[in-house]
Amino acid sequence: MAMAKLTIEDLKRIKEEVRSTTVLREGGFRARINIHMGTCGIAAGARKLMSVVLKEIEEKKINDVMVTTSGCAGLCSREPMATVETLGKSPVKYCDLNEEKMKEIFIHHVMNGEIVEAYALARGSETTY
Amino acid sequence: MKTYRTHLMVCAGTGCVSCGSLNLKDRLESELKDRGLSDEVKVVITGCNGFCAEGPIMVVYPEGIFYKKLTQEDIPFLVEEHFLKGRPVEKFLYTEPTIKEKVPLLKDIPFFQHQVLRALRNRGLIDAENIDEYIARDGYAALSKVLFSMTPEEIIQEVKISGLRGRGGAGFPTGLKWEEGRRYDSFPKYVICNGDEGDPGAFMDRSVLEADPHSVLEGMTICGYALDAHQGYIYVRAEYPLAIHRLNIAIDRSRNYGLLGKNILGSGFDFDISIYPGAGAFVCGESTALMYSLEGKRGMPRIKPPRSTEAGLWGQPTVLNNVETFANVPPILLKGGQWFASLGTGGSKGTKVFALTGMVNNVGLIEVPMGTTLRTIVYDIGGGISEKREFKAVQIGGPSGACLPIPLLNIEVDFDSLDEAGAMMGSGGLVVMDDSTCMVDTARFFTDFSVDESCGKCVPCRVGMKVMLNILNRIVEGKGEMEDIERLERLGHHIKESSHCGLGKTAPNPVLSTIRYFREEYEAHIQEKRCPALVCVDLVQFRVDSEKCKMCGLCKKACPTEAITWEKKTPAAINLGKCIRCRSCIQACKFNAIE
Repeated sequence: MAMAKLTIEDLKRIKEEVRSTTVLREGGFRARINIHMGTCGIAAGARKLMSVVLKEIEEKKINDVMVTTSGCAGLCSREPMATVETLGKSPVKYCDLNEEKMKEIFIHHVMNGEIVEAYALARGSETTY
Repeated sequence: MKTYRTHLMVCAGTGCVSCGSLNLKDRLESELKDRGLSDEVKVVITGCNGFCAEGPIMVVYPEGIFYKKLTQEDIPFLVEEHFLKGRPVEKFLYTEPTIKEKVPLLKDIPFFQHQVLRALRNRGLIDAENIDEYIARDGYAALSKVLFSMTPEEIIQEVKISGLRGRGGAGFPTGLKWEEGRRYDSFPKYVICNGDEGDPGAFMDRSVLEADPHSVLEGMTICGYALDAHQGYIYVRAEYPLAIHRLNIAIDRSRNYGLLGKNILGSGFDFDISIYPGAGAFVCGESTALMYSLEGKRGMPRIKPPRSTEAGLWGQPTVLNNVETFANVPPILLKGGQWFASLGTGGSKGTKVFALTGMVNNVGLIEVPMGTTLRTIVYDIGGGISEKREFKAVQIGGPSGACLPIPLLNIEVDFDSLDEAGAMMGSGGLVVMDDSTCMVDTARFFTDFSVDESCGKCVPCRVGMKVMLNILNRIVEGKGEMEDIERLERLGHHIKESSHCGLGKTAPNPVLSTIRYFREEYEAHIQEKRCPALVCVDLVQFRVDSEKCKMCGLCKKACPTEAITWEKKTPAAINLGKCIRCRSCIQACKFNAIE
């Protein structure tokens, strides 16, 4: 008998690997990180925050965190900014961020639900889709 | 796996491709590269999204934002605004016509809200050419379940519990067919997927094959295991090049993974699938004709019994199911027959995919639970018809089907209710007609189609349909007699009763149903020599209503034969000698002054 090319275990492994890709299209997110990407945000280094967040998600194999971008929130002097919202909790806006701070926020707020008050500006967020 | 924050799902069903969606993809990728976003934003090509009227379509995840009617020129602005700066671009969003407001998210658009996706469960959510994405959404999980934990009898039992009936039109219980196919001890046995979708206005099977080919391959393989068959064939229209292309890719990937071929998943079960492009004869959608065609013979139906399950392809036991039927199989085995049967009506379980076309606002591909009313389909999902016109009928079931009038809008669509109404589920073509459609002409169109497509084997269909067509031609030319209506009815019933195959048995339906529901239109054509919808060229004499005419001259500009005389401050007039009844003036007139 010919050797099976793929076993049931292989099938499950492929499913787990690709799952994060398809979950992103199905909704059902536990948390959302919104990076402010207006001209001011980009100039202040928002792209670096984005890279940090995506790297964390990739390394930790997370598939229930949504990453979005939004325009200028009107507080250009405090950029780069990001808003973190976990399911059922009000959003928290962080300001004057850098890569290290973003990573801290990711670990504490996104992963463990603990707001990092030292970097927080306020609760609430502007409306995005 | 590389992580992207945003996925752009570009629809590449046949409809959107013909509107240029593949160019959009190229432009998006180059623009994203220029902006340094290639590592963050991924462009994915999907099968038909369903909302064909708004194509080319792109859906942005994770937010689920729905963009419509995009052009290449829109892309640079869109990429900068939305994917760089995070501001969704309002002008590309969908506007809901009833409330005249923008609806940004796909899930909030009424067209999608009333749908339940089972056969189309992966539409717009996966790359049809990427087997891994199919696997990620439970693809091939049903196959591995049945191969390692179910006996063929248990599979058949589960399909019987589900109540699944053939989605190709006739509605034969699938579980029963499989049981028959298993019972005969003659080998080899065959599994055939019928993708010879020929009804005018129908594109359900094409869309399933383009959007989710693996669902069909998986369903066929499960069927093969249940029958102890080792070879499957997909008979698909040669006019569906994209579907064939994606099927070829899917079969290739499945073989590479060992999900087709020898010793599938190490279970010891062998099964393979080949594609056979049909040459375009409508009658080859009939199962026995299809099998002859597969054998390389002329596609003509034969007398049953024996049924194909006993002696089908090359005289061997064969189970033939439709594309949509097979696509429904994997979730039934994964989630159980009860789950499937929880939706639908007494005799028709699950959902049905329809191709919604014609004079309806939201042309597209839809899937709704069995028992959904025609009204919901036409108005809530279809968005109704243009404000200037009035709804008249729904044509369902193609050349085998019927035209159903306003009073039947409340009919709960399933196999049995349609049968009672003199219609037929057919494969699921649903053409909406308004008051500019002449029902006699519509009946004539479908009769003409059936005459063309009759294989000629039996007299009732070959000769009878031709006689019906001649009578209809007489009527639309203004030479009809009142006795013609009765002649049509009598002949129609004879053809239904005495024809050989499904084509002939249903071919008179368009005529019989229009006589049943729109008899007054036949009478107007015959007695008054008048076509109420102003369609039948020989019965129409256009004239300008001088009271309604605002003397604007638009009709004169539109007339290709200079049949209209008009000067400023005088109503237009039509020279009937020159008029070719092309209706250009009617379309041009903003005041309904031409009748």
